[in-house]
Amino acid sequence: MTTVRLSSRRLSSEILSEIEELSGQNLYACYQCGKCSAGCPLGFAADLLPHQIMRLLQLGMTKEVFASQAPWLCVACMTCATRCPKGVDVAKVMEAIRTIQLREGRGALQVFLPPAELVAEVPQLATVSAFRKLSL
Amino acid sequence: MRLAYYPGCTLASKAKAFDQTARWVAQKLDIELVELPEWQCCGGLVPQVTDAVMGLLAPIRILADAQTISDKLMTLCSFCYNTLKRANLVIQQDAERRQKVVDFLRETRAPKVFDENFQYDGSVSVVHLLEVLRDDIGFDNVRQKVVRPLTGVRVAPYYGCLLLRPPKEIGLDDPEEPTVMEQLLEALGCEVVDFPRKVECCGSFMIVNRPEIAAQCSATILKSASQIGAQLLVTTCPLCQFNLDWQQMRMLESNGEITPVPVLYFTQLMALAMGAEPFVLGFEHHLVDPRPAVMELGL
Ligand code: SF4
Ligand code: SF4
Ligand code: SF4
Repeated sequence: MTTVRLSSRRLSSEILSEIEELSGQNLYACYQCGKCSAGCPLGFAADLLPHQIMRLLQLGMTKEVFASQAPWLCVACMTCATRCPKGVDVAKVMEAIRTIQLREGRGALQVFLPPAELVAEVPQLATVSAFRKLSL
Repeated sequence: MRLAYYPGCTLASKAKAFDQTARWVAQKLDIELVELPEWQCCGGLVPQVTDAVMGLLAPIRILADAQTISDKLMTLCSFCYNTLKRANLVIQQDAERRQKVVDFLRETRAPKVFDENFQYDGSVSVVHLLEVLRDDIGFDNVRQKVVRPLTGVRVAPYYGCLLLRPPKEIGLDDPEEPTVMEQLLEALGCEVVDFPRKVECCGSFMIVNRPEIAAQCSATILKSASQIGAQLLVTTCPLCQFNLDWQQMRMLESNGEITPVPVLYFTQLMALAMGAEPFVLGFEHHLVDPRPAVMELGL
């Protein structure tokens, strides 16, 4: 009889552990129900949905994750974190993905300068928050 | 009752109407708000990664200053409330980061406030005015102060994201079916509209980076409010207010997709019902002017 050993150890990498550590989340707790994506207000504009980010991480596909715009469109509204039946805080995972890139100097923040009349009107907390989440 | 009060950067400038109506309402309800003598921006959003320290300094400086006034710090903006409350939790739960933050704040204080015994352990509780009204004042007492009941006015409460989430850290109300604003609106005499998109995010700070994407989030919320026949929207967040106001102005100018649903701070509506003079209400600051609607409603 052959014994097949299933293990995620093969997939473990420094970068995955770093994501787990920075976010405080167990990436393998996600069972792909999709509830996070169903409620994500920015999902319509992103190339990957929150549950897809989770799946790619589980499979060790960090290159794809780091190439995605999704973490840079995430506004930390915590809808996903509130609704996940497995208690996975995807908002924190998104933040860990941004943080790792920012710390390596790969900040994806392109400040698309909004129209001048908008900049003049917008509450300053929006600008402060955008820089807090999208830059170092 | 006496509370330390942190207005936050936006209430001191672009959302003055929120600040001035809140102060007016507080006075009517015998809540003494003691503004911190010195304060700076809280940083807008709290860092969520487990090793972040820098983003905690601003909110913890505010909380540490508040402890000399009261063991409760009240704030109004959803961003400030969320940031202060969550940064405070980190200080309570993570001894290592607490030490770093406290050491840094002690070392860097201006000479006139420098105190080698400076400490902060997370003991100040962060409260939102809505909580104070519900838990300390009581909505019955609010009702008694109403001189101009908003009878028959169809108001949709809009909570957005940061006032309620993440629920384990914030705990103000149920994250999906909150009722605190509904209870307040009923006390003011309004007809509360059951608003299906009340906890949906308006697009938040994406408005400064990708405005057209944030605008789509706000548009969905506005269409829904308009479809269910809301006459006013009520919020606790200057950014919700702006996003819904700005996008609404554009939609009203460009197509007939929606009917006007002016977006007010809950304190503006309270002040209106409690008889404030028009100059207190600050309606002139809105992009979609609430005054025609308010007049039409006979208020
Ligand atoms: S809601 Fe939770 S379990 Fe479901 S897909 Fe998202 S992260 Fe995974
Ligand atoms: S926190 Fe980010 S990923 Fe989660 S629902 Fe909100 S925008 Fe989407
Ligand atoms: S402005 Fe949008 S970002 Fe704020 S609390 Fe409101 S819904 Fe969230």
